[in-house]
Amino acid sequence: MGWGSASNTALGLLVPLVLALGWELAVAQGWGNGRLLPPPSRILATLWTLAKSGELTTHVLATLGRVALGFLFGVLAGTILGALTGYLTWARRLLDPMLQALRSIPSIAWVPLFILWFGIFETSKVILIAVGVFFPIYLALSGAILGVDRKLVEVGRIFRLSGVELVWRVLLPATLPSYVLALRAGLGLGWMFVVAAEFMGASEGLGFLLTDGQMTGQPQTILASIVAFAVLGKLTDGLLASLSRPLLRWQDSFKPGA
Amino acid sequence: MLRIDNLSKRYPNGTLALDGIDLEVAPGEIVGVVGGSGCGKSTLLRLIAGLEDPSAGGVSLNGTPVTAPREEIGFVFQEPRLMPWLSIRANAAFGIRHLPKAEQQARAQEALARVGLADFANAWPRELSGGMAQRAALARALVGRPSVLLLDEPFSALDALTRYDLQEHLLELWSYDRPTMVLVTHDIEEALMLSDRVVVMQPRPGRVLTVATPPLPRPRERTDPLFEDWKHRLLAELSRAFRHRPQGEEAFPAAAI
Repeated sequence: MGWGSASNTALGLLVPLVLALGWELAVAQGWGNGRLLPPPSRILATLWTLAKSGELTTHVLATLGRVALGFLFGVLAGTILGALTGYLTWARRLLDPMLQALRSIPSIAWVPLFILWFGIFETSKVILIAVGVFFPIYLALSGAILGVDRKLVEVGRIFRLSGVELVWRVLLPATLPSYVLALRAGLGLGWMFVVAAEFMGASEGLGFLLTDGQMTGQPQTILASIVAFAVLGKLTDGLLASLSRPLLRWQDSFKPGA
Repeated sequence: MLRIDNLSKRYPNGTLALDGIDLEVAPGEIVGVVGGSGCGKSTLLRLIAGLEDPSAGGVSLNGTPVTAPREEIGFVFQEPRLMPWLSIRANAAFGIRHLPKAEQQARAQEALARVGLADFANAWPRELSGGMAQRAALARALVGRPSVLLLDEPFSALDALTRYDLQEHLLELWSYDRPTMVLVTHDIEEALMLSDRVVVMQPRPGRVLTVATPPLPRPRERTDPLFEDWKHRLLAELSRAFRHRPQGEEAFPAAAI
């Protein structure tokens, strides 16, 4: 990490750190009681206790597993259907109107039906997350394929690329920037929907920790869970971004000045 | 021999873009096609390349009909159309993917050296100027050693100095393998600098108005009085072509001047 990015990270942390320290000080001085909004030290202590007992690992793994599976299925379905409707006109005419109609249904509205169909356990949770992940991927890929520069496709034709070669050598790289962005948006939705899924009834997971904190009147548990969500969301998004960065170095994109 | 035989193209909306074009281009010959916009000169080139299907007539290369893009026919577009995600070297090698990797690299490097881009092989297209990008596109078209090179207003988007430079450079590149070249341009000077024969087209529908064979010695100079004289003659032809507007009137016979 160079000086530039180190100082950028520091700058980004400045405001939250000042706010956290301010609240810590306020509670320590007795200006606030910290009962409904516990100071950072109490949240960290709760996290530490949960980590020491192994509970945190159990919850994190449960949530992470659901997000991973739901993300995987959502990405698979979104990629296959997005590619089909983007590439084949008849597939677009056949499927796109239905998928667009389904998209206008708020995904959470499916919850009762999913519980009836798949029960209250893992399947319905994973499917809900997959539905959330599916739409941004589907939309972005289908649209990106339709938006590929016709002129580049024509270069492919001049050099007699076969259908598969055209996909591999022109369409795939041309749609990659939008696809990566959609993966990140999809992952963000995956994290959002896992909370809803875990509200549906779960005995473990960070979402369960949220409801548990509410039921037992422990805001520090709720906030510990929120902090864990934030860290995991940021880490997984960072992972996706850094995995895709080498593939997108060619982009001639806007780089804001200092 | 590249042979264009009674070639016509009517678009689905009914527009007759080309009407009965006949032209023979000898191996190694450079033919310039000039005409105002809408005279069908780009359509002609796309039909020769096999990018579009004719409504009537056909194109053949050494006796075999051209119905789809072929390896022996290279194409340079008005814009470089480089793949932005490939290095300049990989762009140059785009058309020779069937060759072994090592040979691809060697051929691409050689082609880039010929267009003066040897030092930019690892650059991204976005890092090149317009003229350099068009050189890279030339390298990509020539790397497969086509026997026919089609150029669709290849330098029209460049500034005058770069354009002159690339015109000279194109002749130098041509001298290596001497491919047959058909160059579409709206710039009469460019056609005169490069071509053995100049085809003047008239619009709506696109027809050959005149085929001229300017007896200009090479290397040609823009300041040569004979060059100037030919420029004026062709300009007069072009304005005659331009005045010919209404569709369905008498056809001008293709005549040599």
